[in-house]
Amino acid sequence: MAMQFKQVEHGLYTLDVTGYVCPHPQLYTKKVMEKLHSGDKLELVFDNPSSAESISAMCTNEGNPVLDQKRDGSKFIFTIQKA
Amino acid sequence: MDAIVTSTVTKSAATDCCSESKTIAQAVPRKNIMWVYIIVGFFGLVSIGTYAMHEYYLYLSAYLWFGFIYGMCLQYGRFCFASAFRDLFAVGVPRMVVGIMIATFLFSITSSLVAATGWSTFHAAPWSVHAVIAGLIFGIGMVFAGGCASGSLYKAGEGNGVSMLVILSISVTQSAFVDVGGWANKLVPKAWAEAALTKGLPSSINVSDGWVDQYLAGYVWEQPVITFAKLLGFEDHSLVGALYANTFIGVLLPALLLLVICYIFWSRKRYVMDLKTNEGRSANFADHVRGFWSMIISSKRTAIAGLFLGIACGLQMFVIEGLRMKFGVKNAGTILQRIGFDYGISVKGTVFDPGYWYVTTQEAQWVGWMAQKLGFNNMDNIYFGWVNGIPSPAINPADWMSVALIGGAAVMALMNNEFKWKKPTKELAIWALIGGAFMGIGSRLALGCNVGAFFVRTANGDVSGWSFGLGMIGGAYIGVKFFNWYTERKMAKEMANIDFDL
Repeated sequence: MAMQFKQVEHGLYTLDVTGYVCPHPQLYTKKVMEKLHSGDKLELVFDNPSSAESISAMCTNEGNPVLDQKRDGSKFIFTIQKA
Repeated sequence: MDAIVTSTVTKSAATDCCSESKTIAQAVPRKNIMWVYIIVGFFGLVSIGTYAMHEYYLYLSAYLWFGFIYGMCLQYGRFCFASAFRDLFAVGVPRMVVGIMIATFLFSITSSLVAATGWSTFHAAPWSVHAVIAGLIFGIGMVFAGGCASGSLYKAGEGNGVSMLVILSISVTQSAFVDVGGWANKLVPKAWAEAALTKGLPSSINVSDGWVDQYLAGYVWEQPVITFAKLLGFEDHSLVGALYANTFIGVLLPALLLLVICYIFWSRKRYVMDLKTNEGRSANFADHVRGFWSMIISSKRTAIAGLFLGIACGLQMFVIEGLRMKFGVKNAGTILQRIGFDYGISVKGTVFDPGYWYVTTQEAQWVGWMAQKLGFNNMDNIYFGWVNGIPSPAINPADWMSVALIGGAAVMALMNNEFKWKKPTKELAIWALIGGAFMGIGSRLALGCNVGAFFVRTANGDVSGWSFGLGMIGGAYIGVKFFNWYTERKMAKEMANIDFDL
């Protein structure tokens, strides 16, 4: 499945990178977070386990809190807020 | 997916911002547990069954179970050499550099102790600029492919189809590259061709036909073999040479330097900002030491994996050398012949038997073996015909290690509910094939991959290990620059109709 980025409502976006391997999920997430305004939220969906560690660490480094982390089968669903 | 109970861990913004991500708890389906038993049972039966046939199979089983441990460690720590510098350059995350340096240091301690006993199976490689160039090609490939040689193996154990394609590409490329002659001979410098002829190789190798043959015999074999112990005037097999020169000077100091650079350029800013926000003051030297330490322990999974990996790697050397002494052999080729397998043994009577963790040569061998079965003569080159042979994958010790590595990773992935068959998309399949080809060529130019040419050599004080590593860092930087441009381009199309101000 190709990468999908959508605006759900004002200040809330979804990025689905299911099926992608490293480094694509990390890079797409970084690019999206750079575009968002402070306070905006991103729901990120991916299924590459090693990206989970890298994305969490990237959010920590950049000060963007991960509000929620869920698992749905092999999928990871992170909700990230732009600081 | 059947009978899965999904649970989630929800965390508050306040705690998440500056802490390590927690493992997201999830119940493991019964089906996964059943597969864990099947995989472990299969390897157990192979070991017991073959041992019942002959004691010599212990040698192959030792490779198998170390491979299994490596697979578990790699999957647990998401341990991928590709992500080390790629994630550093791409998203500013140093966790994997930390994990790799921890693993290399611990491996170096255990391997130095083994070396001091005289039981080391390690042989340093020739050193010159070729190691840097090979590392550069390999580094670009591992970013394109989405994983290094060992990372692709463990991800294949997670059911990742892209990684399986990467392995296929590395295997085919290597096997073809080492045998390419004809038009490629015209690209061989005259000095290499002349020097190769002086090495006294048997006529069956036909050293004047083959680019890699003349590169090896005419150039690489002419280069000096340098370890930190030799540079400082010690023997590699002395305690001082191994522990002081090869481990302390050759691994610990460069690793610390690398980690300090990572802290200064990638971790320090966030640590200082947090200190200012939380305590309202600037950082002093003691704070930076604490900040450096927090970077080291920021990803416990990776650090723990590095710890076990490092110890297991050293132990494998010790165990394999012990078995060689027990059976009175110097190479598995003798063992294979004693148990009745003489197909694919090299002219010297040897097969590929590194005695430590290795990834790429056994991948080239299984394709080489298949090509031979299809009627190609690929035993007339140095790589297969003179050194490594092409024994059947069913009795190739290094193949047992790689297959078990995939199995060990699958077991760990199943236990963490992270196993899933993933079919590659066309886009990722293309990157996998291109990246795998780059890694295949880089591996053969360096005589090893991120494991054989970097991890093992660096840990054993071989200067060529850091040379390959430097090239790999450069390659990762180029690969990331390219993917940054590629991702930007794709995101621009996806974001074209979105107004972020609305």
